[in-house]
Amino acid sequence: MIARSTIVAATERLAARARWHPLEFAFWISAFSAIYLMPSQHLILTEIAWLGLFALSLDLILGYAGIVSLGHAAFFGFGAYAAALLAKYEIINEPVLAMLAAGAGALMLGFVTSFLVLRGSDLARLMVTLGVALVLRELANRYGWLTGGADGLQGVTIRPLLGTFRFDMFGHTGYAYCLIVLFVLFLIARRLVNSPFGLSLLSVKGNPLRASAIGISVDARLVAIYTVAAGYAGIAGALLAQTTAFASLEVFSFDRSADLLLVLIIGGAGYLYGGLIGAIIFKFMQDYLSALTPQYWPFWIGLVLVTIVLVGRDRISSWTAPVRSLSVLMDWRTLRSSQVTRPPERTFQ
Amino acid sequence: MTVALETIDLSKRFAGIVATSNVSFRIAKGARHALIGPNGAGKTTLINLLTGVQRPSSGRIMFDGEDISGFSTQKRVGLGIVRTFQINQLFGDLTPLETIGLAVSERRGQGLDWWRIVGSRHDLVTEVVEILERFHLSDVMNTRAGILPYGKQRLLEIALAIACRPRVLLLDEPAAGVPEDERHEILSAVASLPAEVTVLLIEHDMDIVFSFADRISVLVNGALFVEGKPEEVASDPRVRAVYLGEEFADA
Repeated sequence: MIARSTIVAATERLAARARWHPLEFAFWISAFSAIYLMPSQHLILTEIAWLGLFALSLDLILGYAGIVSLGHAAFFGFGAYAAALLAKYEIINEPVLAMLAAGAGALMLGFVTSFLVLRGSDLARLMVTLGVALVLRELANRYGWLTGGADGLQGVTIRPLLGTFRFDMFGHTGYAYCLIVLFVLFLIARRLVNSPFGLSLLSVKGNPLRASAIGISVDARLVAIYTVAAGYAGIAGALLAQTTAFASLEVFSFDRSADLLLVLIIGGAGYLYGGLIGAIIFKFMQDYLSALTPQYWPFWIGLVLVTIVLVGRDRISSWTAPVRSLSVLMDWRTLRSSQVTRPPERTFQ
Repeated sequence: MTVALETIDLSKRFAGIVATSNVSFRIAKGARHALIGPNGAGKTTLINLLTGVQRPSSGRIMFDGEDISGFSTQKRVGLGIVRTFQINQLFGDLTPLETIGLAVSERRGQGLDWWRIVGSRHDLVTEVVEILERFHLSDVMNTRAGILPYGKQRLLEIALAIACRPRVLLLDEPAAGVPEDERHEILSAVASLPAEVTVLLIEHDMDIVFSFADRISVLVNGALFVEGKPEEVASDPRVRAVYLGEEFADA
């Protein structure tokens, strides 16, 4: 006979993954209160919001499914151009609908290209994703009559949100808009990674051989998460295009994909907040350093990258360890049961 | 006898090497069938063929009267052909609770549920806990599989296959590498597998084979060499000569 207490303990422990943490409330309350408390910072906060969403998208495939990518800007760029074109040619005038349409387009592009990353090693995946982004960039360059080519897409006018809220030059509307979109998509992602589907992604990442031996269709799971992540990246791109009323070839650039990987590694992959925290650190660091040395700030970014890679993944996860151990202390329910189940140290592989 | 799994003239050739050569054998429903043979006899290749990891060069695999030679691994798992691995293939970052939970929800076809939080189905958790208790894993159910003691990992290896509710279970050296004092836990777990589950045991250890099997097939150089009841195989002079040798004389 099975002890009821064991079943209760098991149920609690399984659900513990998805339990909201006090620090998470603090994070989102701070983010939303910045709408009122930090109006002078709204432009940079807007950038942080869409960059965080973009990094969250990379985390879904890298942190949870183990797919490395150096071309995630392909979907970001697609979303940016889609949103800008929809507005410029007045196909969809309402920004929220246009953003969703751009995301849907990127989602489809992600589905089609996902089959390219199923096979092969990490190196092959890096090359394939890089290649896809290059191809899209050159397509946008070649069809200048549509995209504006090297000059970028000029003359985009973004209509008021929901017909009411006008985008302003201080980023007030932009930040609130990006933050709400980020929050909603974060909630969905959080639900997804704590579901049986999310658990199966971790198993596919950890041991694809065994995953298939217990009946999981590894390829189908990878296609599914890659597609979702592409949609997220597309929406992030759409947010950029809508808040700046502009799209240029730079949205597809290799630098953007590489910076994104850096953002996620700064924050740590595999616990959803890594991309958001990384985006905050990256943008403020960039802002601070570029004010200090307008010309040479990438030097410092490069130095940080080298340091992070040299210091290695173990110590990176130990950087975030104080935060995590604090969070364990604050969660009395975790204290009551025996030990921490899963240290979120799925960083760079 | 009702046949659970059958191979017909099954062959597998790798560039110039014949790993499996015209193997035709039947496993009866509910059998405790052992497959033995010296190193390099082609036991692992045969398992890979049966589970769909590799495709046969020729021949067929029949399950319940259906030709499954072209089926994918996942599809065969769905039918109930499940294996364990000689070298642990676990999810190092997941706990036994999560590992078994994953397998049970996949088996129930709920693996694509992305809107539901893990652990929200009471009957599923009950089944998971049942399996964990049966394999003496409930006391370590919240420890990451990667840092479990080796004996517990071997138990989890088998429990994970059982969670898929197999009709035919292929056990690849379940006690391999387990220290002497932890062996009995593994062996009693193997011995107490449900009677209706057909078991094909691949094993080197003759004590285990002769205490467990009601039928033994001997594989040599990829081909079926001798097959019969344990006492027939044990007394077969050809088997003694090529394979069992000293080891058997001691047993």
